[in-house]
Amino acid sequence: MGVTDVVWSEQGTTPDAIEAALRQLLVEVHAQDESLVPARVLNMIAFVDREWTGEIANRLRGVGRYHASRMLVLAYESGRERLDARVTISTEHDAAPGELALLRETVVVELGEKHLDDLVTIADPLMVTDLPTLLWSPHGHQDIVGELLSLSQAVLVDSVDEPVAADALQRAWSLKDQAYVVDLAWLRSTPWRERVASSFDPPARRPDLRSITSVEIRHHPASQVSAMLYAGWLASRLGWQTDALVAANNSLSGIARDDTREVRLCLRRAPELQVRGLEGVTIQTASGRSLSLDRGAGGLRAISREPDGAEHQWTIPGASRGETGVLGEGIRQALLRDPTYVPALGAARAMAA
Amino acid sequence: MAATAAQRGLDEVENPLTAGLERLPVAPTTLVIFGATGDLAKRKLLPALYNLAHDGALPERFHLVGVSRKTKEHEEYREECEAAIRRFSRRKPDEAVLEGLLSNVKYVPGTFDDESVYGELSSVLDGFEQEAGEPLNRAFYLSTAPSFFPVIVDCLGTSDLNHHKGGEVRLIIEKPFGTTLEEARELNRRVLAKFDESQVFRIDHYLGKETVQNMMAFRFANGMFEPLWNRNFIDSVQITASEDLGIGSRADYYDSAGALRDLIQNHMLQLLCHVAMEPPVSFTSEEVRNEKVKVLQAIPEPAAQDIADMAVRAQYVAGQAGGDDVIGYLEEEGVPEDSNTETYAALRLEVDNWRWAGVPFYLRTGKRLARKVTEIAVTLKPVPHLAFSQEGSLGVQPNQLVLTLQPNEGVSLRLGAKIPGTRMIIRPVNMEFLYGTAFLSQSPEAYERLITDAMRGDATLFTRNDEVEAQWRICDPIVSAWTAEPGPLPTYVAGSQGPKEAEGLLREGDHWRAI
Repeated sequence: MGVTDVVWSEQGTTPDAIEAALRQLLVEVHAQDESLVPARVLNMIAFVDREWTGEIANRLRGVGRYHASRMLVLAYESGRERLDARVTISTEHDAAPGELALLRETVVVELGEKHLDDLVTIADPLMVTDLPTLLWSPHGHQDIVGELLSLSQAVLVDSVDEPVAADALQRAWSLKDQAYVVDLAWLRSTPWRERVASSFDPPARRPDLRSITSVEIRHHPASQVSAMLYAGWLASRLGWQTDALVAANNSLSGIARDDTREVRLCLRRAPELQVRGLEGVTIQTASGRSLSLDRGAGGLRAISREPDGAEHQWTIPGASRGETGVLGEGIRQALLRDPTYVPALGAARAMAA
Repeated sequence: MAATAAQRGLDEVENPLTAGLERLPVAPTTLVIFGATGDLAKRKLLPALYNLAHDGALPERFHLVGVSRKTKEHEEYREECEAAIRRFSRRKPDEAVLEGLLSNVKYVPGTFDDESVYGELSSVLDGFEQEAGEPLNRAFYLSTAPSFFPVIVDCLGTSDLNHHKGGEVRLIIEKPFGTTLEEARELNRRVLAKFDESQVFRIDHYLGKETVQNMMAFRFANGMFEPLWNRNFIDSVQITASEDLGIGSRADYYDSAGALRDLIQNHMLQLLCHVAMEPPVSFTSEEVRNEKVKVLQAIPEPAAQDIADMAVRAQYVAGQAGGDDVIGYLEEEGVPEDSNTETYAALRLEVDNWRWAGVPFYLRTGKRLARKVTEIAVTLKPVPHLAFSQEGSLGVQPNQLVLTLQPNEGVSLRLGAKIPGTRMIIRPVNMEFLYGTAFLSQSPEAYERLITDAMRGDATLFTRNDEVEAQWRICDPIVSAWTAEPGPLPTYVAGSQGPKEAEGLLREGDHWRAI
């Protein structure tokens, strides 16, 4: 993982032994090089299927500086009787002269059915006290998530992983009262939210927000939830009431309403899109003005059409974060609080009803 | 220049889409850099613009115009921009993003006093707006030698580029803002004759540093420090900004500036303000700057007869740095052999107000000192009575709170603790907090933050006209006294803690912290 890797492992171990080994390793590493200090930002628990541990490790390797300061991977294997553990302490970079390098701790504990009833007592001693904890269960195991929520302040989900959008939204909704929900499906839409917010921000454009007549959101076929959350965000921020959307051809469509007007909503599949998330957004206003944003090389391709028919095209620069970037952002968001997600989720649920 | 009633009405329509966003919108803007081929533009401004583009943080419509004396075509300037970004960006450029950024770059050649340059500039700006179909905000960044600032400002005014129908016009001015109080006043007069103060953004890049902004969070978001933050509990404050390097290739600039003008007049007085200011009513630009100005106004203007007792200057001579022999200041390339420019300056200032009366503020800065460090050390008063013997102790020392800005940003609190054993023996220990260990995010470069804030019209991290003049009011008498005094200056060995004369500034019982 990094330039300094110190490893300890033991078969048939206990949480106490793992915790003692962690403490000892940290003391030894710091004694050897005072510029190496432990990061103390965030605990993260990942409950994963053991056979996919390598894939999860690969995904986490890509998040770089957003790696949790202590990462506990609970690797589940059916039929396993023994608790085995491996501790790795690493740095991402060597310390420059006179500067510090941060140590990250990764603990992989392999366990089986017999340990599930006592999972909290296995995980709890391995968390750094007083740090917030983010819980992630990328392979399902919702019952286990319920168990471990008592140790966590935030839970990482990816609503596009669920095959049925309504189930995904319901799942996130049910978690929101127990922990802060960080939804990667929501984070994939962040640049789109920023750009539309920015497009309507000049004072002369703000009144247009009250005269939007239609919104089309184009999305990866597996990212319908992201499109619903995006539409839910617009609805919740602009005070629209949303009803269930209706499926037709490759899209979902419906009507949102405020006190004075109706807004046509269309969530259209974009089979050509290779990556999860949104492909484009088009917003039209009553005056005849429209704004389209679409993925393009080096940023979003923007097209605005004025009521008089004049058209302008330009590129809004921005680099793609990729899926590892989205995951890293998800980990970072565990330390923040976005007050707009839950209202957007609520509006999206109404569309998926 | 003032907003019309209709504009104010539109401003009042809120944008509910910005709630919850970490990055607030920046209005469509064309940025014009005067001095576009200079060192600052290449090393800082262009890389900052690229990184903003990479992060999707530039305005949705963004154009860059470079203005400089050298004749060249747009394409040649784009190639120079590309080379600078590739060399100095904090991250490897994404090719598509870089290409997109560069496609919106144009170049206008000419001397800054040539009116035709401003006519051509105006045409380029209008062209961008015709293409966009709407007026764009305009930001003029003066990254030239300071002597050109008034010339450019005048020409912008006479060319009617200081206002723009349907868009905002902003003027960003690099340091130094004058080299004396008189120059600063004159420059303010020239600037404010053409621009409203709300349009002017005077750069002090220290204010863009995350750790400087953190000082306000540290003081005003934590209840435990504020009750102690006054003359009743604080014994002294030391602010240090030391460099282990020499002047490098900056002899031209540095020899005309010196340590006092280079760092104390601007950056270090800003740090002092952050330590000493009262909590602002709100964190709006005006409220924060009002409080800082009050601090500066509370520092007495040095009287000529007191300067020798409250200010020390010195020059480094040959010594060792990083294990290598290094030359002295007078041997540096480009430095006159009889130069009296100080490479070290230290001051003792007082802040004469209810909170700080009697507490000395020690400021020191220098080149070729033992180590690179920027820190603020707040020393508390000793405990009034020690109930146990100090025999065998390494000394019960007053608590000291150290805010380190670089290289390892953090806060350290020195406490007395008992050495394990059967006797009550005390030694100082440190309770450390390091920003790097506690946050996942990487701090943006100061210029990324400052350029964004200027384009957004948020002046909180910029220096106001009265603030600049208040800073010069403190430093100007010292500059004058030092200019009038013949050399040679006191010296210090390169790689050392500084000149012994600096000890003379300290009150009895006070010590400079080891650099």
